[in-house]
Amino acid sequence: MPKPEEARYTKTHEWIHLGAEASVGISDHAQHEMGDVVFVELPKVGQKLEKEKPCAVVESVKSAFDIYSPVSGEVTAINDAVTGEPALLNQSPLDNGWLFKMKPSNPAEGETLMNWAAYQDFVKQAAH
Amino acid sequence: MTCAATLDNRLSIEKSDPGRRGLWCKNPLRAKANVPANLRRKSPPRLPELSEFDVIRHFTRLSRLNFSVDTHFYPLGSCTMKYNPRFNEEAAALEGFAALHPLAHDTCAQGTLELIHDLSARLCELCGLDAITLQPAAGAHSEFTGLLLAKAYFENKGETRNEIVVPDSAHGTNPATASMMGFNTVNITSKPDGRLDVEELKKHIGPKTAVLMLTVPNTVGIFETNIEAIAKAVHEAGALLYMDGANFNALIGMVKPGDLGIDMMHLNFHKTFSTPHGGGGPGAGAIVCRKHLAPFLPVPTVKKEGGKFVSDFGDARSIGKVKAFFGNTGVLVRAYAYMLAHSAKEFGEIAVCSIINANYVAALLKEMYPSYSKEYCMHECVLTPGPDMLAKGLKTLDVAKGLLDRGFHAPTIYFPLIVHEAIMIEPTETESKDTLDEFVAAMKSVHDAGIADPQSLKDAPHTMPVKRLDEVQAARQPNLHW
Repeated sequence: MPKPEEARYTKTHEWIHLGAEASVGISDHAQHEMGDVVFVELPKVGQKLEKEKPCAVVESVKSAFDIYSPVSGEVTAINDAVTGEPALLNQSPLDNGWLFKMKPSNPAEGETLMNWAAYQDFVKQAAH
Repeated sequence: MTCAATLDNRLSIEKSDPGRRGLWCKNPLRAKANVPANLRRKSPPRLPELSEFDVIRHFTRLSRLNFSVDTHFYPLGSCTMKYNPRFNEEAAALEGFAALHPLAHDTCAQGTLELIHDLSARLCELCGLDAITLQPAAGAHSEFTGLLLAKAYFENKGETRNEIVVPDSAHGTNPATASMMGFNTVNITSKPDGRLDVEELKKHIGPKTAVLMLTVPNTVGIFETNIEAIAKAVHEAGALLYMDGANFNALIGMVKPGDLGIDMMHLNFHKTFSTPHGGGGPGAGAIVCRKHLAPFLPVPTVKKEGGKFVSDFGDARSIGKVKAFFGNTGVLVRAYAYMLAHSAKEFGEIAVCSIINANYVAALLKEMYPSYSKEYCMHECVLTPGPDMLAKGLKTLDVAKGLLDRGFHAPTIYFPLIVHEAIMIEPTETESKDTLDEFVAAMKSVHDAGIADPQSLKDAPHTMPVKRLDEVQAARQPNLHW
């Protein structure tokens, strides 16, 4: 299971596990804020994603939320399990609840994202 | 409050007992004679067979399950659930309006055309704008119409602009409308006080920007004090400023949006102008705009010529029709009745009272439910459960459910999205101080009960015909019955 410390984070609460094939999901904080997830709409394999542009939709009992791609690149795999069982996003946001994998087109983009410590500070600040 | 109606999920068709009758057709033979033989059905329709008494009990019981503005205070933020005067209904039922055929010639429809003409003029005056269409069937349909106008306007100028800018404090229908129209939506994050940041806005607008859609007052319930600077920036970029007028109840009679630099705006008659909220029934909206957008308005509009009122079909620049005839005229009659019942001064008082009522509730609840905004709100306040409730794991949803047990409709919850655990309360001007005091007492009682016994509040409602629902199951596998 990937550790939260190893991922990078966006201000819109996505995490990305960097690598040649990077995986993407939503943070534990995000799933708490959204509440129970009821539907997930994922991008298609092969779809080109642009950094900070909407690429997926997560709908909870509260509202529908756009998911923004943390970096630019191409989708290489999607997690079909979450479309059938959206509760995985609440139960296991960092592991079984991953959304998709992608091949970043510009690996340097990932390095500019927040690390775990910076993200925790960001969440704390946003609460005030 | 207890709900006397018991939960009986059976439909009338399931209560059917063959042979029971509540209604006799006086002349079935004649009805049959008028239908050509090849069009007559071979078997009788499957209708519930019930006595008149069964039918009365069935529908009376259903009506008692209804939580409506006629039975309960309904502080649904952003929805303006004000009283719908019965006088409006009397006006709409007048035979000259109610029995008019939509295809009647203008010469036979002078009364309705005059009403549309006069209502149009009055609304333009209130908005400080030049032209109007009353065709749209609702607020979101008005937004759609407004963006069609913008598209036609820029095409006519030979400009290609494909972006709509929407702050995160706007109504959710704004980005939805932009997407539906094929525009790209550009989102802007608000400042911490909930207002649009003019410097941030300037970074996001340019030659591609068609429209900035601004909700005024915004969804946090505060006024965009920088609106003139916003309008200037938008106009310097060659774009149009659209005002989502769903919250016009806070401004009506006090401020003319045209004076603020707005190019066009929509109105929701079921909000500001006291017509019934749809719930599937007919609604009505309007787009009010400046002169330069007027040629693109839907047709027909009504003009006065030689003392008579006639349909005006404009020219080829019109976007055409967005709804048959003149829209839902029955709703327009209700809105007109409401307008005639109030003087210009009284419209200003409507805005003032709606603002005072919202601030009164926010002030009395500030210890237990702090306001998002640190300043006075407009017609609605956005509160959150206090730290003591959050510490016990109590959420906005629990407050909403607890209110049902105390005889109040829940406020809007989890909206706007930019406020954590939002509770959005819009009392409107038509509620008395007594009702507001009762509501405040109920909110305090929910707080105290939740602190004393958190689990009990998490299980609320206890007195409703259905208890706490499993919302995930309700969304994914709804228990439908037909």
